[in-house]
Amino acid sequence: MGDSLLAITVIWGFIFIYAVMGTMDFGAGFWSMVYINRTKTNATDVANRYLSPTWEVTNVFIVAIVVALFSFFPRATFTLGTVLLIPGSIILLLLSIRSGFLVFSHYASSFKYRRALVYISGISGVLIPAFLIAVLPVSQGGFIDIIDGTQQLNLAKVFSSPHVYSFIGFAISSSLFLSSLLLADYSKSSDEMEAYAVYRRDALITGPLSLLMAIFIMITMQSEASWLYDKMMQFKPLLYGSVGLFVVAGIALLLPSQKGKGMPRLAVVSIILQYFLASYVYGRSHLPYVVYPNVTIENGFTHPDAFHSLFIVYIVGFAILFPGFFYFWRLFMKDNKEYSKKKPY
Amino acid sequence: MDHLVTARSMFGLNMGVHIIFATLGVGIPLMILLAEILYYKTKDKDYELMAQRWTKGAAVLLGVAIPTGTIAGVQLALLWPGFMEIVGKVMALPFQIEIYAFFIEALFLSIYVYAADRISRKMRIISLILVAIGALASAVLITNVHAFEGTPAGFRILNGDIVSVDPWAAFFNPSFFVTSGHVAVSAYTTGGFVIASVAAFKMLRARKHNPREYKFHHKALMMGLVIGGIFSFVTALNGHESMQKVYEYQPEKLAAAEGLFETQDHAPLALGGFTDEKEQRVKYGIEFPWMLSFLSGNSFNTVITGLNDFPRDYWPPLFVHTLFNGMVIIGSILILVALVGVVWYKFLKKKSFPKIFMWAFVATGPLAIMGIEFGWIFACTGRQPWVIYRIMRTSEAVTTSANLHILFFYFCLFISYSWPQSPLYWCFILEEIRFLKSLLRKQIKKDVRIWVIHY
Ligand code: HDD
Ligand code: HEM
Ligand code: HEM
Repeated sequence: MGDSLLAITVIWGFIFIYAVMGTMDFGAGFWSMVYINRTKTNATDVANRYLSPTWEVTNVFIVAIVVALFSFFPRATFTLGTVLLIPGSIILLLLSIRSGFLVFSHYASSFKYRRALVYISGISGVLIPAFLIAVLPVSQGGFIDIIDGTQQLNLAKVFSSPHVYSFIGFAISSSLFLSSLLLADYSKSSDEMEAYAVYRRDALITGPLSLLMAIFIMITMQSEASWLYDKMMQFKPLLYGSVGLFVVAGIALLLPSQKGKGMPRLAVVSIILQYFLASYVYGRSHLPYVVYPNVTIENGFTHPDAFHSLFIVYIVGFAILFPGFFYFWRLFMKDNKEYSKKKPY
Repeated sequence: MDHLVTARSMFGLNMGVHIIFATLGVGIPLMILLAEILYYKTKDKDYELMAQRWTKGAAVLLGVAIPTGTIAGVQLALLWPGFMEIVGKVMALPFQIEIYAFFIEALFLSIYVYAADRISRKMRIISLILVAIGALASAVLITNVHAFEGTPAGFRILNGDIVSVDPWAAFFNPSFFVTSGHVAVSAYTTGGFVIASVAAFKMLRARKHNPREYKFHHKALMMGLVIGGIFSFVTALNGHESMQKVYEYQPEKLAAAEGLFETQDHAPLALGGFTDEKEQRVKYGIEFPWMLSFLSGNSFNTVITGLNDFPRDYWPPLFVHTLFNGMVIIGSILILVALVGVVWYKFLKKKSFPKIFMWAFVATGPLAIMGIEFGWIFACTGRQPWVIYRIMRTSEAVTTSANLHILFFYFCLFISYSWPQSPLYWCFILEEIRFLKSLLRKQIKKDVRIWVIHY
């Protein structure tokens, strides 16, 4: 593997992790808003219990993506940074509002406007994925104009493109789908059967919706980014495999099991594999372009010497961090009801 | 507003907010760690309670540090793409390593806060040590990027291309240790004094009606004063070294900091006053003859280059003199206050402090934060017009993205940036203080009850 391919793989990995963790996190904020009045089912409670310890770690990944991008592909950052100033700023604003509110709505339990906070964090949690994903169609080309020798994003064109909207629809439905699925699993493993029933139903509704949106994307891509569409079609077997995994997840949710209907753990695993396959195909077909057609992984690449020291740092860093992640996961992902019912300090 | 000024204001505003919370995010974990260790050693319940309360405060502070920091990181790429291209090629290591520091801090803080009751006492201390290390490392590493801007190293520019890149040479640039050290020790100074400040304030309120609470805060106050005092002394020593580095590497910054126009040996140190460009001197200030030469080069014969020997467009803004003075004066006051407080209590063995002392203690926290703000604005603004000293001008680094019609957008964003960050957050913080107070009251009632049952 060439250096630049290695570098883009690392970035792709971060983006994938953030996409999964982030959508779950944003979606969980949304659900905790939707079920705020259902005190009996504990659905909001479950969502919050998942959300509290994880959002901070999730947030580090977005920083990791930005850092990896500008250190591996400085030229690409130049283009992306210049072009994405305004959408990027909107995302930042939403992110900061959301995380600010989230923290306060958790800590300041006596806070008068607690409900309003939950609403704001819930709504911005849906808007953020919508804006974030708009980076993808933009990087597929066609939205950047060169005016007076500088690159400019044509916002009017972005917001009138059906392709962009199908991505946005996909982002929202996926984040609701992934989070409800995860929360279903989470509530089942902590014996919150009412909450489980609620989230299982939500997953069954939002799942097919996400698939539909994915199909929309392929349809609009055909006309708006045909270069990418053609390349993706070369990976048809993988795409079918991905749909197959989706079906497996559906079946897993419907199958009977000893307690309650469905096997959410199996569904979660196969859905994550499904997204993995689909985004592999997407990313692979996108190469060698970072931003089509100006920036490729070759011409945007950093200095090779710089890359080598960075890469060593990556490997050492993750080797050191891995036990930390593992410990974290053991503590929080296996929810332990008696413990987490207690308030933190 | 002019394009460049808008970009700078957006960045400076965000940094000005971030730095308060970030500094406390480095300083407070040390105090929490010390409280946990003291509890471990003395089994005094008060220290456990201290650790719990400070943790809650720290978690909320972090809730602001993280979004503003995320904004800072992304803003760097969005507003200063020219700068980030060089950083990406040459100086990416600290950012990269910082990610791991963030991960360590985030992971173990979450563990310490949310799993406090399901991990052992030892594991709690270990988690806290990791949080403190993560916070310190992230401060040191990001400061290294700032150090690199002042003393760039590890690359050359040949016909506009970046060549002979040596990332580790850039990492260990000449001012790395001194500058990072200054930021680290000043953060501990600030952590200590902010704790002292809050404790003193609470003592003033609790004095008459609640001896139990009074004693509790007294312990916190002494902890804050001792730590703040030690670190403010180290900060001053290290600040002296920072100044020598500035003399060596950014002479026009030193000249502007002291309002020195003519090149001279036996140069005087000017304290206070305002730099007047027309009269070429510092007006209304106090002069200490020869001191500047001595402080900058350890000898009265050291020749200090005055501003007049630099091209006019290399001059930083002259008001940096005031910022520099502000920082140094605050540093001296902090050392003095801590010293007096500790001597009064420990060596003269007086039982309580006079009211005026108490108010001085209350002032230390805000003063330390002002010191941080002065120091940073001095360091960043004193580097102007350069974003990378003598290599890239700030005006070359700024985004080309905005033309007039987007500028309007900019301005809206600018307003909206400041909106969630300042007034709203302050409302929250006030609200939070109220909440903490009620929590505290409840907690103390509980404590008292436990006490009564015990004895
Ligand atoms: C509590 C805060 C605090 C206190 C009491 C001091 N400083 Fe400071 N100073 C900082 C907080 C700070 C800072 C905010 O951390 C800065 C900004 C940039 C940096 O590297 O550290 C800084 C920068 C800074 C610089 C500029 C470095 C540069 O531009 O690269 C110098 C020369 C000094 N300091 C010198 C001093 C001296 C002589 C002090 C004597 C008491 C002092 N500082 C106290
Ligand atoms: C280590 C961290 C920091 C780095 C890497 C950094 C870097 C920069 C950069 C790249 C700029 C823009 C270009 C320029 O005007 O030179 C800048 C400007 C600025 N920064 Fe910093 N900065 C840091 C910390 C801070 C902090 C903590 C503050 C605030 C207290 C601050 C205040 C400012 C201000 C006010 C400007 C605008 C300067 C002007 O236009 O005169 N900076 N800094
Ligand atoms: C000397 C000045 C600075 C200090 C002491 C400092 C320190 C900190 C600390 C302690 C945190 C909380 C970290 C956590 O718990 O995750 C933080 C967050 C952050 N800071 Fe700063 N910072 C400084 C300047 C900057 C600058 C100039 C940038 C821009 C590149 C920046 C980017 C960030 C980011 C991206 C985060 C969020 C990390 C996360 O998501 O956890 N910081 N900073």
